[in-house]
Amino acid sequence: MTEIKNEQTKDLTPSRGLIGRAKAVDRIWTVVFYLVALFFLLLLFAFAGYVIIKGFAGATPEMFRFDRNGIGNYFFNTIYLVFLSLLISVPIGVMGGIYMAEYAKDNAFTKFLRIAIETLSSLPSIVVGLFGYLIFLVATHSQPSLLAGSICVAILSLPLMTTTTEDALRSLPPSYKLGSLGMGATLRQTIQSVLIPACVPRIITGVILAAGRGFGEAAALLYTSGSDTNIKWNPHAWINPSLNPFNPLRRGGTLSLKTWSSFTASVGAEDVANLSAAILMILVLSFSLLAHYLEGRIRKKMGDTK
Amino acid sequence: MSENSKFTARNLNLYYGDFHALKNINFEIEANKITALIGPSGCGKSTFLKTLNRMNDFVEGCKIEGDVLLDGKDIYKTDMSAIELRQRVGMVFQQPNPFPKSIYENVAYGPRIRGIKKKSELDEIVETSLREVGIWDEFKDRLHKSALGLSGGQQQRLCIARTVAVHPEVVLMDEPTSALDPISTMKIEDLAVEMKKKYTIVIVTHNMQQANRISDTTAFFLLGELIETGATKDLFLNPKNKKTEEYITGRFG
Ligand SMILES: Nc1ncnc2c1ncn2[C@@H]1O[C@H](COP(=O)(O)OP(=O)(O)OP(=O)(O)O)[C@@H](O)[C@H]1O
Ligand SMILES: [Mg+2]
Repeated sequence: MTEIKNEQTKDLTPSRGLIGRAKAVDRIWTVVFYLVALFFLLLLFAFAGYVIIKGFAGATPEMFRFDRNGIGNYFFNTIYLVFLSLLISVPIGVMGGIYMAEYAKDNAFTKFLRIAIETLSSLPSIVVGLFGYLIFLVATHSQPSLLAGSICVAILSLPLMTTTTEDALRSLPPSYKLGSLGMGATLRQTIQSVLIPACVPRIITGVILAAGRGFGEAAALLYTSGSDTNIKWNPHAWINPSLNPFNPLRRGGTLSLKTWSSFTASVGAEDVANLSAAILMILVLSFSLLAHYLEGRIRKKMGDTK
Repeated sequence: MSENSKFTARNLNLYYGDFHALKNINFEIEANKITALIGPSGCGKSTFLKTLNRMNDFVEGCKIEGDVLLDGKDIYKTDMSAIELRQRVGMVFQQPNPFPKSIYENVAYGPRIRGIKKKSELDEIVETSLREVGIWDEFKDRLHKSALGLSGGQQQRLCIARTVAVHPEVVLMDEPTSALDPISTMKIEDLAVEMKKKYTIVIVTHNMQQANRISDTTAFFLLGELIETGATKDLFLNPKNKKTEEYITGRFG
């Protein structure tokens, strides 16, 4: 033991030349990492910039309207569909994560569950879309709807929510749990009142990622949500429920579907497609920024009640 | 079993899997006294402490034989649940472990999980508990600030306040001052002495002076065995066992 220690000390005090070389190598790698980071930044700016500029270049004022010709309603559908999907995936995903982290025994069933979750997370979204089409539409003799689409998107984000929650719980200091149990709290009380509140910032990150994926989802919605929309904002029109924007059982295309369908459907609708893509881009970017800001604030204020 | 004993361990054996961690412990812990558990690292002090409020339940492969009685009732074999037991026997850990909540919410946590919801009632419990631990004046203007922003010593006293907020009968402390500076340590020692009027206190410590200063009874553990126990003064002045003497004079450990 002592001998090994001595050798280590020797290694830790190398000659000046060695230190100099280590410093040089260090500097080179720092530069390399900076360049890589810069590359990603440029890539993002170039890409986002191109999409956004091109989108707005061909835009006309009519395109922004919330009516038959504008993409406003598609914008609304995108947000509403993702909102619905989160209503489904967040509670189920969080509960799944709690189960995996706190209740699941270390046995074959749990291992099987884990494989199932992993597989689900790598399912191509078109497969989920097709599944949703067969189950929610064909089997139930229903028309395409926001609800069917949002369930498909929820299925896609479930594994993410589950693993985020599980990881967040596992990375908490064990002393939180022991402290609470040591006071005579039950495991359920401990999870509900100590552990989950402590995980909120990380769960929010998971929600951001899930929402980001949902905003851009197209393949899973192709057969399930319908790619057009004809909602009306005049409440008198809502006698016909399929025109009511808030009815989850109506059909409703999203921005990504609009981008796709405009490109393929008619000649000359490219401008609409470009604008849809641009708006989608802005939506995803600003949502991501806002959510990161919120997460930071919550993290900083963690534990303060006022 | 003597009149005044709070806990009684009889022929207590504990195994972690195949490892025999506590060997035939017979020990009485007196009510409203401070009992110090001393001994070299790995001798089973924490393990013994944890048998007193069944924190060992969370350790996989842990097996317990023998009896542990609280007020004459076996805590492992009667219908007393572990939850109920831990409400009567609170615990303070080596590393201060406030929850990532406000000072107020930390103290109110115990009462809340016991179903107290009224704000006025909680307010009162929080104030009394913080006063009891002597940190009300220090904390009263920042009750709603996060407990994570406090110093280690403040956090530990908050944890003690959190524990006494539910009026336990016994407070177990596992090296509560080993992560603290001398002044914070002194405050906690004074607090422990003050607290024994209301609570029975069992404290694990590596600090001989600390055991000497504050405890009434001292128990010396070695390799899972209880080697010697007695009134602290006697044990430190006239240890009966050679190994006890060697340990308290610092010749090994
Ligand atoms: N969960 C566990 N699984 C297996 N062995 C354990 C476990 N916890 C403790 N032990 C072993 O039991 C023995 C007693 O441990 P314990 O933590 O009670 O010692 P201690 O006296 O509190 O030591 P220290 O002063 O270092 O805190 C040690 O040999 C330890 O390695
Ligand atoms: Mg210990």
